[in-house]
Amino acid sequence: MTVVHELSYVRETPAQRLPAPADSAGAFGWLRANLFSSPGNVVLTVICALFIAWAVPPLIRFFLVDAIWSGADGRACAASTAYPEPGACWPFVRAWFSYFVYGFYPAGERWRVDLFLLAFAFGLTWLFWLSAPRRDLAAWYFFVLLPALSFFLLHGAPWIGLAVVPTTLWGGILVTIVVAAIGMVFSLPLGILLALARRSAMPVVRLFAVLFIEFVRGVPLITVLFMASVMLPLFVPEYLAPDKLVRALVGVALFASAYMAEVVRGGLAAVPRGQYEAARALGLTHGRMIWLIVLPQALRVTLPNIVNTFIGLFKDTTLVFVVGIFDFLRTIEAARNDPNWAAPNTGVTGYAFAAVFYFICCYGMSRYARNVEARLARASRR
Amino acid sequence: MTDEAHSVGHAAHRSRRLGGIAVQVALLLLIGGLAYGAIVNAAQNLARAHVATGFGFWQNTAGFDISQTLISYSASSSSFGRAFWVGLLNTLLVAAIGIVLATGLGFLVGIARLSHNWLLARIAGGYVELIRNVPLLLQLLFWYNAVLKSLPDVRESIAVPGGGFLNSRGLFLPRPELAPAFTAVIAASLTGIVAAIVLHRLARRRQERTGEESPVLWPTLGLVCGLPLAAYVLAGQPLTFSVPEMGRFNVRGGLEILPEFAALVLALTVYTAAFIAEVVRAGVLSVSSGQSEAAHALGLRSAATLRLVVVPQAMRVIVPPLTSQYLNLIKNSSLAVAIGYPDLVQVFTGTVLNITGQAVEVVAITMAVYLAISLLTSLLMNLYARSTAIVER
Repeated sequence: MTVVHELSYVRETPAQRLPAPADSAGAFGWLRANLFSSPGNVVLTVICALFIAWAVPPLIRFFLVDAIWSGADGRACAASTAYPEPGACWPFVRAWFSYFVYGFYPAGERWRVDLFLLAFAFGLTWLFWLSAPRRDLAAWYFFVLLPALSFFLLHGAPWIGLAVVPTTLWGGILVTIVVAAIGMVFSLPLGILLALARRSAMPVVRLFAVLFIEFVRGVPLITVLFMASVMLPLFVPEYLAPDKLVRALVGVALFASAYMAEVVRGGLAAVPRGQYEAARALGLTHGRMIWLIVLPQALRVTLPNIVNTFIGLFKDTTLVFVVGIFDFLRTIEAARNDPNWAAPNTGVTGYAFAAVFYFICCYGMSRYARNVEARLARASRR
Repeated sequence: MTDEAHSVGHAAHRSRRLGGIAVQVALLLLIGGLAYGAIVNAAQNLARAHVATGFGFWQNTAGFDISQTLISYSASSSSFGRAFWVGLLNTLLVAAIGIVLATGLGFLVGIARLSHNWLLARIAGGYVELIRNVPLLLQLLFWYNAVLKSLPDVRESIAVPGGGFLNSRGLFLPRPELAPAFTAVIAASLTGIVAAIVLHRLARRRQERTGEESPVLWPTLGLVCGLPLAAYVLAGQPLTFSVPEMGRFNVRGGLEILPEFAALVLALTVYTAAFIAEVVRAGVLSVSSGQSEAAHALGLRSAATLRLVVVPQAMRVIVPPLTSQYLNLIKNSSLAVAIGYPDLVQVFTGTVLNITGQAVEVVAITMAVYLAISLLTSLLMNLYARSTAIVER
């Protein structure tokens, strides 16, 4: 045994740790690995840098440096000696801001819109914040109580002193949110029903579900909106002829539920057969099996897809523009075409403002969906 | 199981079946009743408004102008039916060009997003996030009103290299005029393509039999490019361009590309490309790295690995969602109505509906067209999926 100790090449203490080579550590190493790892990569990096140098400074100049920040009307935004090439016209957004949010909703009643937006935001947070308490109550609030209350709040209830505000006066972000909210509130329950019907054992039920879903998914939303706005009034007795906004809402809700049905169907398919069999073995009726065992699991798995459908729905609300409803985008168009503000830069400013609004809403939802997805992936790995 | 329990089970089974039949009959009655009520109401409402019914209007003279017509059309003599075909062709034109461009851009961006170059991957990612989270209609209005409509007017047109003009009325390019002899060139290029395919088949068969590779690149280039070029020269260069000329108030001659058309193609391309990029990225990521490692271990070079191992597996994942993006693009082309490009919806559901008032027929025809396109595409898609499905042995 002592022989081993005499062997000179056996190392008894670990070697001293050397620092990583200077060119693979720190900022320099990062640059080398990510931007300049090969000649081709260097060329790509240079092209990208040139692209950024070409694209970004003009944008900053237009929206910040050359932008006009104060003024009462469009004349402030026209080219002048101080601003030979005027940039974004921010007074345009400030002057029209309340129009962009409320449309022609009477000024004295706008607190009702604010209250509605707050109640909606509250319901959305409660329902979709996964660790919020009593999310079952949140569902009742969001899908039953909120729509009913909002109708009286926004449209009016003379018997408690809320004056009626006809929907022709509604506009802007209010209408965008109303259309999106109605789409969400109706598309999820209807979509679940349609998805269940499509998987039903009853051939007639299945047939109608398949026909409806495939029909709606096969045509553009614009034609559905046209159908709702010009054909719906024909199909009901004259005294029932629905209001223009209601017609568009019907179109959007039906359209969204067909897409939601397919998303829910995907979730239903992901529930293992054993779950159904176990529920049957426990003696649950079909309804209780669906309500207590299948749906909770299916909706959980497919929650990211549901949110992605909501993103699509939110973007699609802009199409009500085409059937003459003053949603947010339409109010921008109307304000842009106002003769007092006729300048090329007001249009770009309005579009940029709208883009920021839609981007924040949609990007927020997609981040949420991604988080839920990551959470589900962690849960299933465990 | 005892007899008694057996019969109880039977009774439960029978009652559930009866219940099912009752539900279905009730649903049939409900939907039938709704449909009947709708038809009765529609008949009454239409009669009250003195609107004709049926498809008789198809033959009537349209009497309105269309700004872009691919087939001959005149307001005074063409029928509504002709207007329908004009609109449909315009829709298909925008969709075809949009699909080609969006596929190209989408594949580029999708691959750029997977690049090891940090800057390139970030730019591609920013593009995808920005474009996907802003409504298409807003982008369309931006391209049309803020970009194309704010171009200089006719007198200050921007000259495009090669004899074209760009102004707020549109893009004017030299229009290719094909002499009859040009058919020789077309025939030559078709022959070249067919010959190249045959050559590839033969080369592959030879490689499978003997293991020897045959040169295919140069012969292919010669067949696909050289043959038509030779035919072009031999036929006496049967292609001329009619160059647009600047008039006082407008540009005459040449090929006119409407700003509405350009805006729609731009918006659809940019928007759909962002979605296609995500499809491509997911497809490439779905091929596990073990596949390319195994291919390298077998001695395949990177290009061959990509062509023979990665791409075929990625395409199986990419193609189905890619098709649904194509369908979305076709359906989204109906946004044309917002900027006045004469597509099917704008011509038919817009103008024809307003003139005739026959909402039911017009909307039904328009929907039927989109439905037919969708069903046809899903049919082709299913055939493709079946042909590329993994064969289990």
